[in-house]
Amino acid sequence: MARKLMKGNEAIGEAAIKAGCHLFFGYPITPQNELPEYMSKRLPEIGGTFVQAESEVAAINMVYGAAGTGSRVMTSSSSPGISLKQEGISYIAGSELPCVIVNIVRGGPGLGGIQPAQSDYFQSTKGGGHGDYKLIVLAPSTVQEMVDLVQEAFDLADKYRNPVMILGDGMLGQMMEPVEFKEREIKKVDHSSWATVGMGDREKPNIVNSLYLDPQELEDHNHKLQRKYDEITANEIRYETYNCENAEIILIAYGTTARIVQDVIPMAKEKGIKLGLIKPITLWPFPYDVFNDYVDSTKAFLSVEMSMGQMVEDVKLAVNGKKPVHFYGRSGGMIPTPEGILENVIEVLGGLE
Amino acid sequence: MQEAAHGRAPAVATGIKRAIPESIVFTYQGDGDLASIGTAEIIHAAARNENMTVIFVNNAIYGMTGGQMAPTTLPNQRTTTSPRGRDVSSAGNPLKMAEMLATIDGPAYIERTTVHNIKGISRTKKAIQKAFQNQVDKKGFSLVEILSTCPTNWGMTPVESLSWLEDNMMEYFPLGVYKDIEEEK
Ligand SMILES: Cc1ncc(C[n+]2csc(CCOP(=O)(O)OP(=O)(O)O)c2C)c(N)n1
Repeated sequence: MARKLMKGNEAIGEAAIKAGCHLFFGYPITPQNELPEYMSKRLPEIGGTFVQAESEVAAINMVYGAAGTGSRVMTSSSSPGISLKQEGISYIAGSELPCVIVNIVRGGPGLGGIQPAQSDYFQSTKGGGHGDYKLIVLAPSTVQEMVDLVQEAFDLADKYRNPVMILGDGMLGQMMEPVEFKEREIKKVDHSSWATVGMGDREKPNIVNSLYLDPQELEDHNHKLQRKYDEITANEIRYETYNCENAEIILIAYGTTARIVQDVIPMAKEKGIKLGLIKPITLWPFPYDVFNDYVDSTKAFLSVEMSMGQMVEDVKLAVNGKKPVHFYGRSGGMIPTPEGILENVIEVLGGLE
Repeated sequence: MQEAAHGRAPAVATGIKRAIPESIVFTYQGDGDLASIGTAEIIHAAARNENMTVIFVNNAIYGMTGGQMAPTTLPNQRTTTSPRGRDVSSAGNPLKMAEMLATIDGPAYIERTTVHNIKGISRTKKAIQKAFQNQVDKKGFSLVEILSTCPTNWGMTPVESLSWLEDNMMEYFPLGVYKDIEEEK
């Protein structure tokens, strides 16, 4: 199929439709408006449904309802709106419903700004709402990757009956790049054992809930969820490594920041510094184990983020004290420059000698 | 000035007013803010008859975020999320907030005005003055809904938008006093 120039936010919408998602519930917020706007135009053309909810709280509960019927459903928002969705997300995770939630992150806290940021890492990967639960969190760094991951997200959601979050940022949502929608078959999953689609021939109704008043039952439910999270961790970790063999310093970056770091690698080479990059694609489950491959050969790790330091905590867990772990971040919509990152690398190297 | 999260101004104002009852407290809210995400907060502030003033600017669209459908967007009105015009069968019907809030026993004063012409502007000034005087006099919750234009997101010139307001919005959102406890006496 031919490549098409598309804005990140619109490409997400088209990817979702191609993955069989015909239901979208949203609420306006910058910098993701192009996505619901695209869905409001496209979905009626294909017999799908777009509803602009009265709030993000309502939108995520519409998703809960639709997901409970086993339908492919998506919502999107940006940071303050995603905060409002946390209650619903916890219910969706607790009830084990499949859906896709897109967060085009902007700077916070509070109303913050509308420029790109990565400051929702904790909220996304550590369970932003109440209770013990995990989202599968996918972090694309190009519009093409966003398209591929959105399509995959629906399959993962169905396979594990778990909400999947696409964690982008204002830059990825707003940028235009050529994309190709690969032909892929829509995996039909049989949800008839749990989805609320009417009694049919059933003797007992399917019930979607997350209430377990008996503490032992609730603990059993939590163990069941945990076994699922272990299975996801065993099967679904995705990351890329660049130039890590014998790198003096390995940088860790995801999304937009990973692209910037890729530009720093040749700049550093000119100065005689060998840099590597580990780019996590699943932020949860986090690729802890890949660090073992390089921890002996590298001098130090440097986590580069558009935040005040969030993913760096997972990097520290992965490195487990074996080598120094440093952090460099910009926040509030300020974007790290290749020069700024390189300066930091040189500082880290100086400190090592 | 305290900034509130989208829709929550009546709750924030309640907190300020209950902490310092002598202070004069008002909220300034758009239609997306007051009639969509913040519907619960405005209804319950009115029901509690919080002694505050609400300035509610109704321009039938989400302005700040770039022209999406609002709860007050008129039937068949085109916006970026109702590209074929608001279809009430799937996108719902516009909310008439002044009328709705006037059904609640709590509020002291609710009026809808317009600022698209000189007469409307002077009427609006009087209404705002009254809404604040009520608060000074401890009469209770007072709200002025002000019909207003948004040329940028309506895709019109300022002059065109004035007549669009008069020809379309005023019919759906009739001007007038919907509640006034003074007149009820
Ligand atoms: C929780 C949350 N969701 C969404 C937004 C984005 N947002 C900012 S202002 C606004 C509404 C704008 O419309 P309206 O209230 O009618 O005011 P106007 O700009 O038209 O004056 C929205 C949705 C936000 N700030 N917070």
